Amino acid sequence: MARYDRAIIVFSPDGHLFQVEYALEAVNKGTTAIGIRGKEIIVLGVEKKSAAKLQDPRTIKKIVMLDDHICLAFAGLTADGRVLINRARIECQSYKLTVEDSASVEYMARWIGMRQQKYTQSGGVRPYGISTLIVGFDMDGTPRLFQTDPTGIYSEWVANAIGRNSKTVKEFFEKRYPGIRRVKDEDAPPDEENVEMQLSDFDDEATIKLAIRALLEVVESSKNIEIAYLKKDQPLKFMEKEEIATIVASIESEKKKDE
Amino acid sequence: SNDIPGWYQRRVRGLSMDSAIGFVGGDYVVFITDSTQARSILKLESDVDKILQVDSHKMFSLSGDCGDRENFANYIQKNIHLYHYRTGLTLSTKAAAHFARGELAQALRQRTYEANVLLAGYDKDEGPSLYYLDYLGSMHKMPFAVQGYASNLTLSIFDRYYHPGMSLEEGMFLAKQCIEQLKRRFLINQPDFVVKIVDKDGVRTLPSLTV
Repeated sequence: MARYDRAIIVFSPDGHLFQVEYALEAVNKGTTAIGIRGKEIIVLGVEKKSAAKLQDPRTIKKIVMLDDHICLAFAGLTADGRVLINRARIECQSYKLTVEDSASVEYMARWIGMRQQKYTQSGGVRPYGISTLIVGFDMDGTPRLFQTDPTGIYSEWVANAIGRNSKTVKEFFEKRYPGIRRVKDEDAPPDEENVEMQLSDFDDEATIKLAIRALLEVVESSKNIEIAYLKKDQPLKFMEKEEIATIVASIESEKKKDE
Repeated sequence: SNDIPGWYQRRVRGLSMDSAIGFVGGDYVVFITDSTQARSILKLESDVDKILQVDSHKMFSLSGDCGDRENFANYIQKNIHLYHYRTGLTLSTKAAAHFARGELAQALRQRTYEANVLLAGYDKDEGPSLYYLDYLGSMHKMPFAVQGYASNLTLSIFDRYYHPGMSLEEGMFLAKQCIEQLKRRFLINQPDFVVKIVDKDGVRTLPSLTV
């Protein structure tokens, strides 16, 4: 298919846009990012690549604020992420300037998705090599989590993972997210024996714990985990290394007990 | 109209009916602005808040054309917010004033933003500061400043009685003197004034003044 994978605007005979698919491959090379929507909290987690010895780790940011109430984590080409985040931040302020209300999470997800799609249908450009997880609270307090990818699709999720090993983490979520039946039998009721946890018990602590558990499945060491969470009307909060280490320790002791 | 010379017309654009007074005390800056919006001989509104909070520790006191001043101040406010999201840092009052002045000067080359503003802010290291910006792109850091026709009537009171490091009580006493003079001598009836303060705890509204 060599002739159909050069210019972006050319379909291949069997209906593929190869450049876009290659962009998705680039995303899958990036470090993992996960997002979980809790009852009143949204947790974002990323796998931190071990920084080079001489590098200041604080300057590598993969979880960012777009506005007071909207945050974003991405996986893929970091520089592409920086550019898209910059434009998204401008759009947040521009929306507020025109409309006087803050943009909803869905609006920003749609805007970012539309922008990523534009770059799959224009001449002389290549798609953004990133997928994003856009999270935040709407004006009425509902937490939301959206995902976009280089094709420009955006959709809402309760929990999602992007980047390296995202498949593993998604499978983990399908088993462990509260209310989701463990047993393959679709007709079985979601009662105590069947689900990991009821949604009503899924409080802030449980959401954060699930995020750390998910990342532990795929990272090299628990030191490479970065967690941030967002609550309504509060700024994005990054967890301290010590806090994460405490939760990791309790998870590992629970695992030992199960064995 | 033709009988008014051009230089006077241009001079008068800089002066407006809004009275906006600001002064720096020991550890605060206070704004007192009138809350009247008039058009020709009619008072359209008497409860207008012409002080816009820019961020946690900065505020604009607006005067001039009612459309331009809103537009300009909101534009500056959103850009200051954008800077914060991009860099994670808060702009100092000095930097914000320079940015606003730059925008006014830029706009002047194409049109005028008929907006005369006072910017007050509190920085951790600088303390309180007050900047006077006018529609032609002038900017001055001042201990006290007044926008509008009210400047003709009240600057002299500040000249005579203001001293740096005033307590809030002293400052408000001085401000009351000013608005009482406005009531006596200013042709336009402006009975209500909105009062806001910025200090280390941020921007908050004080009880409004009525003469």
